Amino acid sequence: MYSGPAVAIREVHKRYGDIHALKGVDFTIDQGEFFGLLGPNGAGKSTLINALAGLVRLDAGQMTVLGHDVVTGYRDSRRLLGVVPQELVYDPFFRVRETLRFQAGYFGLGREVETWIDELLDALNLADRATANMRALSGGMKRRVLIGQALVHKPPVVVLDEPTAGVDVELRQQLWGFIRRLHAEGHTIVLTTHYLEDAEELCDRIAIVDHGELVALDTKRDLLARGISRTLHVYSEQKAPKVPDKLRDKVKRIHDYCVELRLERDRDSIVEVLDALRDAGTRVCDLRVEDDDLEDVFVQLTGRSRQ
Amino acid sequence: MGGAWWLFYKEVIRFFKVAFQTVLAPVITALLYLLVFSHVLEGRVRVFEDVPYTAFLIPGLMMMTIIQNAFANSSSSLIQSKVTGNIVFILIAPLSHLELFTAYVAAAMVRGVVVGGGVFLLAVWYVNVPIYSLAVILGFAVLGSAVLATLGVIAGIWAEKFDQLAAFQNFIIMPLSFLSGVFYSIQSLPPLWQTVSHLNPFFYLIDGFRYGFFGASDVPVVLSFAVTLLALLMLALLALWMLGHGYKLRQ
Ligand SMILES: Nc1ncnc2c1ncn2[C@@H]1O[C@H](COP(=O)(O)OP(=O)(O)O)[C@@H](O)[C@H]1O
Ligand SMILES: [Mg+2]
Repeated sequence: MYSGPAVAIREVHKRYGDIHALKGVDFTIDQGEFFGLLGPNGAGKSTLINALAGLVRLDAGQMTVLGHDVVTGYRDSRRLLGVVPQELVYDPFFRVRETLRFQAGYFGLGREVETWIDELLDALNLADRATANMRALSGGMKRRVLIGQALVHKPPVVVLDEPTAGVDVELRQQLWGFIRRLHAEGHTIVLTTHYLEDAEELCDRIAIVDHGELVALDTKRDLLARGISRTLHVYSEQKAPKVPDKLRDKVKRIHDYCVELRLERDRDSIVEVLDALRDAGTRVCDLRVEDDDLEDVFVQLTGRSRQ
Repeated sequence: MGGAWWLFYKEVIRFFKVAFQTVLAPVITALLYLLVFSHVLEGRVRVFEDVPYTAFLIPGLMMMTIIQNAFANSSSSLIQSKVTGNIVFILIAPLSHLELFTAYVAAAMVRGVVVGGGVFLLAVWYVNVPIYSLAVILGFAVLGSAVLATLGVIAGIWAEKFDQLAAFQNFIIMPLSFLSGVFYSIQSLPPLWQTVSHLNPFFYLIDGFRYGFFGASDVPVVLSFAVTLLALLMLALLALWMLGHGYKLRQ
């Protein structure tokens, strides 16, 4: 049994004309991890994933899947990898089951795969649509077929590029349940998502890329601990509490009876802030301190919100 | 079964699912040409000695149909997969460029030969066509469909939009197949046009194919065979290079 990393990415570079989409990204993902790949739009996440799948050709660097180079050992690396592409693509000529059967066929699988296809259809809630034409499916159903196509050859490493984009809340929860199950069964999961709450809930380790560079790679806990600030919610007795000028630049927002202030972890004292508010005539009746979440860390690291 | 076999099988199922349009329609079109041209031109156009014009016309129409359908199959499947994006699921499979090539070309050849055979089966009801050498007939049917299936792979990879492919079809495939001697023997043409016709690779396909029926041809059948085989080799190398380098397929 190979004991090296599930995915190794070594100093990879990719240029599209003038755009330097990957600038020497370098990290590894261990077997059995639930790994999150985050970054704003255009950061290079899809480029990275597509290079792993052989859809993008790198200008420099190397990638392996369970030790197999994605260029020189592409047959093995592709057998070990399942990719759910970001775009909702399908072949309008075929039905759901046919789509899965042909995909399994491309991997050289024979009749033995039929029972696995039945299981997949069940798990993805597609059993009653097995003979429906792909054109007749809703967006959420098409997305599930894509996931089925990626899993039909039972790859140990599964990469999902924004699998919940455009999927409603209920289905999102269902999909995460299914992906959690895959992870529990021993699959390595790599995920990019737009929903940071999802990454925060699911992933053990998170990489943040921005402008084609890795800006952070850490366990979720350590990444959250990096948050250099926290938010103080102060509730006052009057509507629209007054805030003295010296606290102006710390205000995140004011709504109804509450003022939210961003405090730097080591520099700002909560007591001094409360004193200053009282001096300005605000009568404080309650307060709450909130640590940064992944969203805040993300904004601090990339300097932009993910939208 | 290997992955390439499944891709081939998928491609065959794909056109059979719309057989009305991909098999029946081209057969009917060829028969309409046969009815109209034989009616108008029988006895007016000089072709081979002892061969009635209508019989002469049938191999040409068959080969024209084979050519157009083999090309249409591989090119339209590729452009459709590219435009809809579902080609990624073929590209992420562990298939080599040779396997991709073989699967697309073989399926397109099946369509070409099925449609060509359909024209023959219906045409022999209408007029008696001799068979001089079945081996030559089958050999040229296979070669012709392979050449055009390969050209279809090249065009399907090259084109980024449907209208680019349509241009390829309307300005290259159609004129070359119409002007290749489907409706006449090039010996009935003025010398200049005879020379020009010899530059058209499709002429050799039709001339060689016709030899299989009548044992007579405008140029020696060996020459036709050599020219088309050479064309196939050159086009196959180009298509394999494109697939191997991911030209316009892998960014
Ligand atoms: N096919 C392409 N041609 C040109 N530029 C591209 C192409 N694909 C991606 N890019 C560019 O590369 C950068 C990274 O894109 P992408 O990997 O899709 O980002 P993400 O998935 O993180 O949103 C972006 O600037 C994008 O515009
Ligand atoms: Mg993306």
